[in-house]
Amino acid sequence: MREITFREAIREALDEALRSDAKVFLMGEDIGPLGGAFTVTKGLFDKYGRKRVRNTPISEVAIVGAATGAAMAGLRPITEIMFCDFLPLAGDQIINQAAKMRYMFGGQVKVPLTIRTILGAGLSAAAHHSQSNEALFMHTPGLKLVIPSTPYDAKGLLKTAILDDNPVIYFEHRCLYDSKGPVPENSYSISFGRADVKKEGRDVTLIATAEMVIKSLSVAEELEQEGISVEVIDPRTLNPLDMETIYESVKKTGRVLIVHEAVLTCGPGAEIAARISEEAFDYLDAPVKRLATKDVPIPMAPVLEDFVIPQKEDIKIAIKSLRNF
Amino acid sequence: MENKRNFLAGLYASMYKIRRFEQEAVKLFHNKELPGWLHSYIGEEAVAVGVCASLNRDDYITSTHRGHGHCIAKGADLKRMMAELYGKETGYCKGKGGSMHIADFSIGILGANGIVGGGIPIATGTALASQYLEDGRVTVCFFGDGASNQGGFHESLNLASLWKLPVVYVCENNLYAETTPQADHQPIRDIADRAKSYNMPGVIIDGNDVLAVYEETNKAVERARAGRGPTLVECKTYRYRGHWEGDPEVYRTKEEVKEWKKRDPLKKFKKYLLENDIIQSKEISFVEKKIEDEIKDAVKYAQASPPPRPESALEDLYVEQGG
Repeated sequence: MREITFREAIREALDEALRSDAKVFLMGEDIGPLGGAFTVTKGLFDKYGRKRVRNTPISEVAIVGAATGAAMAGLRPITEIMFCDFLPLAGDQIINQAAKMRYMFGGQVKVPLTIRTILGAGLSAAAHHSQSNEALFMHTPGLKLVIPSTPYDAKGLLKTAILDDNPVIYFEHRCLYDSKGPVPENSYSISFGRADVKKEGRDVTLIATAEMVIKSLSVAEELEQEGISVEVIDPRTLNPLDMETIYESVKKTGRVLIVHEAVLTCGPGAEIAARISEEAFDYLDAPVKRLATKDVPIPMAPVLEDFVIPQKEDIKIAIKSLRNF
Repeated sequence: MENKRNFLAGLYASMYKIRRFEQEAVKLFHNKELPGWLHSYIGEEAVAVGVCASLNRDDYITSTHRGHGHCIAKGADLKRMMAELYGKETGYCKGKGGSMHIADFSIGILGANGIVGGGIPIATGTALASQYLEDGRVTVCFFGDGASNQGGFHESLNLASLWKLPVVYVCENNLYAETTPQADHQPIRDIADRAKSYNMPGVIIDGNDVLAVYEETNKAVERARAGRGPTLVECKTYRYRGHWEGDPEVYRTKEEVKEWKKRDPLKKFKKYLLENDIIQSKEISFVEKKIEDEIKDAVKYAQASPPPRPESALEDLYVEQGG
C-alpha cells in the first residue's frame, strides 16, 4: 500500500468529503490560499473555491457559532480552530450550544458539525499554542471526540466525523503531521468507539493517545528485546470510549499504564482508570498507573517542555515498575 | 382593503395572544404550578409581532431567555408551549427545555436561548446556510440590549456584513440588562449606532408601535432577502415585569413603569384600529374571546398531559449513528 503523511491523509478525507457532498464546506482562519497554519487544507481553496473553503476573520465564537447554525440548517460544516488552546474562546458555542442543542430541544434538531483542531506540545510554542485539552470536552455530554495517531486512522476517522450527525471535535497532534503510514487510496471510514490494538502483548496493557501512541510503540519494541511484552491500545475516540477492548486486555495482562499528553488531573486517564477499577478490579495485579503531563501550563524552553511531558524513558520506567509490582 | 384589514387584525390578535399567554403563565408560576423560571415578555409584544409579520413560515428566528413572544408571533402552538412550561411529555422539548428553550424547527423557531447573546452566532450561521443553499430564507435574530455587549455580537455582525448574509439583527432595547440600567452597561444610548462600524444600516424604531416595527423591519427583511446583507434594527421598548418573576426591581421606580404603561403597545394599536374604523369593537371582543378560549385549552392540555418518563432523561442527546 502507498504511504502518505498524516497531514495528507487528513487532506484526502477533506477532499473526498468536499467532492462527494455539496453540503460540506470548510471554514477557519487562514485556511484559504495558505492552507491553514499547518498547510493541511493546502490546494483545496484552489480546487473548490471560496464558497466551499472559507477564510474567516479571527473570530472563534463566530466561526463555531455560525458553523453550528449552518449545521442546524442542513449543511455539514468543517471548521478549523488553529490551536485547541483557542477552543475556550468558542466555549459557549461548543459547550452550551452545539453540544446541548439537540438534547434541550427534545431531539428536534441535528448538529452535524466537525471541529478540527490542533493539539500538542513539542515545538516550544509555550502555554497558548501547546495544550492538550481534550478532557475538557470529555466532560461535556453531547460531543464526540476523535484523537487519531496514524495516517490510516486519521483519514478513516475524519470521514466518519464528517458523516456523523452530531458535533465532533477532531484533535490533530501537530508533531504527527509529517509522520508517514499506509493509507488506502479509496474512500473508507472507521467506526467511532472502536479502540485499536496497535501492538499485542502479554505483560502490561499500555493505553495511549495521539503522539504518545508512537512513543509507546517505540518503547514497547525496545522492551520486547528485554523480554517484556507490552500491549499498546489506542482508544482513537474518547467519546464514545471503547472500554471493552481495554477490559479484554486487562484480563490478559493484569497491569495497566495510561499515557497521555493532557495534564494528569482529570485527564482522560483518570476516567479510564476509574472505569477499570469499577469494572475490572478483580483482574488487576497492580494499581492502574497514569503517566501524563505535569499539572502546569506548557512552558517554552525545550528543557522545561521536555521535563513536563512524558518522555520515552519515563514510559519505560513506568512499565518496568508495573512489571515488578 | 380586506387583505389589509385582516393583516392588521392579525397583528392585534397576535399581540393579544402573547399578552394573555404571558399573564396566564405569570399567574400559574406564582400559583406554583410551573417549575423553573419565567421571564415575561409583557410590554414588548409589538416587537415580536411587528417583526414576524414580515417573515414566511420557513424563515428562521433565534430567540432569547425572554422568548415566549417570539415563538407565539412566529406561529408556535400554545398547547405545546404551555406543556413545555409545565415540563410535560407533550411539550415542545418533552420537558427537557422549559421556558428558556422552546423551539419548533418545523416553523423555523431555532430555539430560545438561556445564554445572553448565545443565539447571535447561530442566527448568523443559518443565514450563511440560506446564502449557501440559495433557499431564499431570511433569519431574524432577536436579542436584548445586554447581549449587545457580548463578544459574539461583534464577531457575528462583522462576519455577516463581510459576507452579506441574509439576516436581520433585532435588538429589543428594554433599557435594562437583567437588572443593570443601560447607562451603567454601555456608553451609548442608541445601539443602532454600532451598525456603522460594521458597514451595515442601523435603524431605530419605537418598539411599542407595531406598525412602525413592521414597516421598518420589513424593509430590512426584504433587503436581506434580496442579497444586500444584514441590518441592525433597534426597537426601543420596555418590559412591565421584572427581569424574572420574583425580581425585587430595585433598579427602577414604580413611576417609571407607570409612565411606560401609558404607551402600551396593545392599547395604542387597538385605539388606532378603532379610531380609523378598521375594526369594530365587537370584532375585537370576538377575537379576544377566541384567544381566551385558546389559552384555557392550552392550560387544560398541559395540566392533563403526562409527565415525561424519568428514564427519558437519557434520550435525545445523540443522533444514533451506524458507527
